[in-house]
Amino acid sequence: MFNVVKAEIRKLRRPTLFFGTMGAALFFTGLITSFIYLMIDSPQGNGDRGSTISRQVLGLASGSVNGFSSVGGFLGIIALCVFAAQTAQEYTYGTLRNLLIRQPSRMKILVGKLISMALFALVMITIAAVVSIAISYILAPGAKVNTDLWFTSDGLDAIFTTIVNVTISVVAFGIVGMVLGLLLRSPISAISFGVLWLLIVENLLIAVKNSLQNWLPGAQLSAIASGGLVDLTYKHALTVGGLYVAVGAIVASILFVRRDVAN
Amino acid sequence: MTNTAISVSDLSKKYEDRLAVSHINFEVPLGTVCGFVGPNGSGKTTTMRMLLGLITPTTGQGHILGEPIEHPEKYLSRVGAMIEGPAFYPALSGYENLMVLAKLGGFPIERVQQLLDKVGLGDRGKSKFKSYSLGMKQRLGIAAALLPEPKLLMLDEPTNGLDPEGIQEVRALLRDLANEGTTVFVSSHLLSELEIISDYIVMLRKGEIVFAGPIGELMAQQQPTIIAKSLKKSDLKRIVKIAKEAGHHAVIRDDSVHVLADMKWAAVLNEAAFDAGITLAQLAPQLPNLEETFFEMTGDK
Repeated sequence: MFNVVKAEIRKLRRPTLFFGTMGAALFFTGLITSFIYLMIDSPQGNGDRGSTISRQVLGLASGSVNGFSSVGGFLGIIALCVFAAQTAQEYTYGTLRNLLIRQPSRMKILVGKLISMALFALVMITIAAVVSIAISYILAPGAKVNTDLWFTSDGLDAIFTTIVNVTISVVAFGIVGMVLGLLLRSPISAISFGVLWLLIVENLLIAVKNSLQNWLPGAQLSAIASGGLVDLTYKHALTVGGLYVAVGAIVASILFVRRDVAN
Repeated sequence: MTNTAISVSDLSKKYEDRLAVSHINFEVPLGTVCGFVGPNGSGKTTTMRMLLGLITPTTGQGHILGEPIEHPEKYLSRVGAMIEGPAFYPALSGYENLMVLAKLGGFPIERVQQLLDKVGLGDRGKSKFKSYSLGMKQRLGIAAALLPEPKLLMLDEPTNGLDPEGIQEVRALLRDLANEGTTVFVSSHLLSELEIISDYIVMLRKGEIVFAGPIGELMAQQQPTIIAKSLKKSDLKRIVKIAKEAGHHAVIRDDSVHVLADMKWAAVLNEAAFDAGITLAQLAPQLPNLEETFFEMTGDK
């Protein structure tokens, strides 16, 4: 298993993939975090879907990671794309047969891939967290946000909890990407389907019927990153989102283990 | 301790209605070069995939280095393989690609550069795989197959895309490996290529075994041809008549008479032609090559 992780990391540290992914993560982190502070007095709101995050909320102990938790969903979509591409490309390049000749245990290949990509996601999350908190700290005085509570023990607790929640959410998004990669066996199809569903189909469905937010997979995983929403509790999101991920992972694993490698 | 590198019995693979491999049986002794011969679509790659645990047989059993093919984890650490062409990550260099496989298999990383040198890619190891020519890709595939210092090497069409010099190098490499004790199981649809290096031959056609055994045994079964050419074209029919009177099958082809007969009969024909006043411009016994043998056995030509 350790050998699989080492081999996968060799692929993931490729400069175009590594810096490309980190660049995308930094772009969304910078953009969304900056918006919260720069648009604080805007009548269009400074939060998700026109909502307003007030100075009082940003001044709480958890204020430093407000921007970071808002970025969680985007980081999740980036993870979905990376996990899906890294999994499906083994089929399109035909490299899966090389992997299975050197490591015949298909479950070890799958779990090793997941661990290595989760580590990759963790690096992305850590960088995004540091950058988001730094941007928040720099922009807070200009937005007249009080930062006194941010680095108290409660503040550090909030930072830790948010990083854990974002990590759970991002890795879960990644697993969804991996499942799509295994099922569709094509990076383009897996990424297109995943992104289309999460960014467009789910939002349309929620716009038509708001209660669907409690049951759609992308909404659950995004809510986990935010530590729960007003009308979608963290516990519910974790349970429903966890079920989606678990069922998807089990079905994809069974298929991967049993399916002939004929390309 | 088994003395066969590969043994398969009643092995089949069915895809929906199509039987890709049909109840095949063969053995490959340890330390030999075995040519796996057959036209495109005859089931060579499917058989190799079954032997490597990539696809599950529909029926039958197989053993690799004494271990059942249901448990590839028991033998794949001693097997090197390149199946259906070289497959690597295009954005990684040749060196990086081999490093991925070396890490995965837990092989010493020093072997990566050694193998790149061995296959003639020592100075192109840092170039991206996508920039390689087809021949270079083949060489990288062979290097990857050699990573585990294999007891059994399975190569599927390893000389595809290689220039004549490259083909010769691969032949020499495979022979050297066999001399060092590695069993080489190599498939190709270029029969002339395998005839040169193989000790054993497994012939496949439409998923069925046509012949499996030592190449010498196969060629010994084939009747040689005596090719006779007369100085005067008009004498060709008379040569045919002489051959037929002696009970041999003879035909005129490309301004020569082709007589199916033992090599010793060439002397008899020479004498008979002389007695009949026919001057022979050419008289040469010829053994059929593997390609001709294959077509004769399968009736494909």
